[in-house]
Amino acid sequence: MSSETIALSTVGPDARPIGERLHDWIVTVDHKKLGILYILYALFFLVVAGIEAIIMRIQLIVPHNHFVSPQIFNRMMTMHGTTMIFFMVMPILFGFGTYLIPLMIGARDMAFPRLNAFSFWMTAFGGLLLYFSFIGGNGLYGAGTAPDVGWWAYAPLTARAFSPGHSTDFWTLALLASGVGSIGAGVNFIATILCMRCPGMTLGKMPLLAWLNLVVGGMVIFCISPLTAAQIMLCIDRYLGGHFFDTQAGGSAVLWMHFFWIFGHPEVYILVVPAFAFVSEIVPVFSRKPIFGYPIMVAATIAIGFISFSVWAHHMFTVGMSSYGNSFFVFTTVAIAVPTGIKIFNWLGTMWGGKILLRVPMLFCIGFLFQFLIAGLTGIMLGTAPFNWQLSGSYFVVAHFHYVIVGGIVFALFGAFYYWYPKMSGRMYNETLGKWHFWLFIIGFHLTFDFMHIPGILGMPRRIYTYEPGRGWEIWNLIVTIGAFFQAAGILVFVVNLLWSLRKGEPAGNDPWDAWTLEWSTSSPPPDYDFAVTPVVRSRRPLWDLKHPEDPDWKYE
Amino acid sequence: MVIELPCHAPEGRKGGADGDSRLPRNIGQREMNRSAQTRALLGRVAGVAVLLAAGLLAASLCLASPSDPTQIPSIFKPQSTPAHSIFHLSMLILAITGAIFAVVFSLLAYSVAKFRKRANDDDREPAQVYGSNQIELAWTVIPILIVLVLFLATARVIRSIQDAPQPPGAIEVTAIGHQFWWEFRYPALGVVTANELHVPVSNPANSTPTFLTLLSADTDHSFWVPRLAGKTDLIPNHPNHTWIDPQEAGLYIGQCAQYCGTQHAKMLLRVYVDSPEQFKQWVEEQKKPAVSTDAVAEGRRIFETTACVNCHAVAGTVANGRFGPDLTHLMSRDTIASGAASNSEANLRAWIQSPDSFKPGSLMPAMQLTDHDLDALTAYLVTLR
Repeated sequence: MSSETIALSTVGPDARPIGERLHDWIVTVDHKKLGILYILYALFFLVVAGIEAIIMRIQLIVPHNHFVSPQIFNRMMTMHGTTMIFFMVMPILFGFGTYLIPLMIGARDMAFPRLNAFSFWMTAFGGLLLYFSFIGGNGLYGAGTAPDVGWWAYAPLTARAFSPGHSTDFWTLALLASGVGSIGAGVNFIATILCMRCPGMTLGKMPLLAWLNLVVGGMVIFCISPLTAAQIMLCIDRYLGGHFFDTQAGGSAVLWMHFFWIFGHPEVYILVVPAFAFVSEIVPVFSRKPIFGYPIMVAATIAIGFISFSVWAHHMFTVGMSSYGNSFFVFTTVAIAVPTGIKIFNWLGTMWGGKILLRVPMLFCIGFLFQFLIAGLTGIMLGTAPFNWQLSGSYFVVAHFHYVIVGGIVFALFGAFYYWYPKMSGRMYNETLGKWHFWLFIIGFHLTFDFMHIPGILGMPRRIYTYEPGRGWEIWNLIVTIGAFFQAAGILVFVVNLLWSLRKGEPAGNDPWDAWTLEWSTSSPPPDYDFAVTPVVRSRRPLWDLKHPEDPDWKYE
Repeated sequence: MVIELPCHAPEGRKGGADGDSRLPRNIGQREMNRSAQTRALLGRVAGVAVLLAAGLLAASLCLASPSDPTQIPSIFKPQSTPAHSIFHLSMLILAITGAIFAVVFSLLAYSVAKFRKRANDDDREPAQVYGSNQIELAWTVIPILIVLVLFLATARVIRSIQDAPQPPGAIEVTAIGHQFWWEFRYPALGVVTANELHVPVSNPANSTPTFLTLLSADTDHSFWVPRLAGKTDLIPNHPNHTWIDPQEAGLYIGQCAQYCGTQHAKMLLRVYVDSPEQFKQWVEEQKKPAVSTDAVAEGRRIFETTACVNCHAVAGTVANGRFGPDLTHLMSRDTIASGAASNSEANLRAWIQSPDSFKPGSLMPAMQLTDHDLDALTAYLVTLR
């Protein structure tokens, strides 16, 4: 890459009136601002859906509790799931992708900046629509406010016979709107990564984050589409007399399940592959070594992308498929463990022989590795159909997928937050608060989700607003609830850290981590145009080459 | 573009993808402070452990209620062939996944402990290793072998449970899921009951398994009695099948395991496994029509002239509704409201007066009867033995 020094006009604090600055954020098509908007929007929903989780956990702290009514509990459980998946984890990952991809491939923006803005605002609109249901969801029948059909919204519970009023319509339309936004983001990721790379950056020299988001983009297009189609079919059922899922008129409840899970399982990988991407960037920098087995990592990701489309019916082992159907989905499900395992081994290979710097981003990545390992192993248990007949629909499953989403994805996300916070804000976060966040959150996480497996094994189904005493479930539910408060305290420290460091943090400089990818070559925060001159790269670690001219990577790749 | 370059000389690097080492690494110095740092790390781990233990202890003291172990519907206490087969498979899977966990976790813990950057580090970059095809091959092939073993073991159990032939002595039951209760019909025996399934004990010498056909009247439900079998869903327009052959008499607890609406939580399920004689006697009792005495004629009149009959059936009377549980032998059951309350006269009266006080959101309406009518109606219902 070019090592010329070009003097840039210093960017002072923005002196314009606040209205003008806000207007800037609303009409922006800049990938960095949109990325931050995605992230802030998702953080807001993290807090909202977190409060919903706390309400559920208080209700379940003792048997026969009367903290909330079953109707409210069912709304909380539906809104928590829907919000966390569609309006927290997905947008936050799109936010990081939108922010980082152009910077890491040496581009000045996404391929389609206006589509980028459109995608964000569609997603944002979807979230607002979902939450507007608390006010507008009553409809004519007075039958409740927010949706209460569970985040899978299994037919025929969503038929008008069982869900009168408009709460289910808000759910459907919210997902329809945000789905359009997601597809836009997927298209944009693919176009940007394929067309906007800087000179010298062949596909084989892209940072892994770009590779993994390329795979995510492809998966988004192919898996959100069936979900969107199913939402339209549900609208037709509810308002135009269609009978796709209307079992009382001969429709098929199982058809909805297939539509939902052909979306739902690749969705898990849409969420987890960007988390893999963060870990694949952070672990090498904090181990001071290049990623171990780069081509294998890429191949494993692509394999996951393809196999993930053939495993969906492992969510349906209990719906009565034939023994051959069940066996097929057992095979594909355990097969996906192979490329996933390869990734874990390669991260370990990266750490092996390195000099591991235990700063907060790396702590979260180690937490990720530990928890994702366990999540993968409980996934194997759930993937073997007979064991699944016992475990599915129980608290064991709830524990398993929270292990994936919180223990895996959210831990990687926090790692990413602390790693790129200096780049986005120009200031370092507070390391002490960061460590408090890590320890509070990991203790809370394990209190909650380790012990949540046990009531599942003891026969406690999910989605129940209360339970009978004397079944051996009380103690575990109490511990789980205590853990939830530790996690909430961790999140509070995190938010305080973000806000405090924004004003009081040490100036970060361009490259606080002595890292190797292109985003660290520009200022923090980056200027509007990202790079004053288009960088030229010769290897996967352009900044390593620059820092070690006597021993550059391109000699070996 | 201005880039500040910290000048670290790499200690050495390993060559391309073939993984040949070019230079040995210098690790001498880092031994120095190891014991102090290990102690610090151990201290931290110990702190966390103490915290966890304290939390657990406090929690268990708060809630040390002795619960009857036979009432715990644990999947690890199987009492029927399908649950047994699953239990054995799950032990194999737990052993394999446990071994994988032990290996990978040790590698992770070792890497973090051994390769931590020390306080007295020389700030030189470690050897730059890009990968190794041999190692990649090893950790691809070994998992593939494990996956094959898992798949074959699983496929065998799937076949043995799902494709088990129905022996001639089997009891046939049709289970129908409703919001939020269970209907059980024994077509060959002419018995209809609700929420409490009675089946005979089955032993290898005289196998009398129960084969269930699972239907739904409204939304999706799931039949789950953990100690007897894995769950199978009840889906409208999609008949399913499952079977159990309990080997020990007793009560087995379960509940609906597929979210079916507001009162999913209180769609409880009880399976009574009777000795062959008890079962035969139970069937005889259930087949009789309802008898009622003149003493409760008023209650019966109230029952038959209010909305009760739209939903409930009592054999031998005008009441033939199908939306609610069959009440012909109501008092032969231990619970009402699908297990939400025990079946006593007081509970029955309170339930008719205000179903929401037991089960808010249940589809049984509050009947708005006068106290006098309520007493008479309850008096009639408790004669339905």
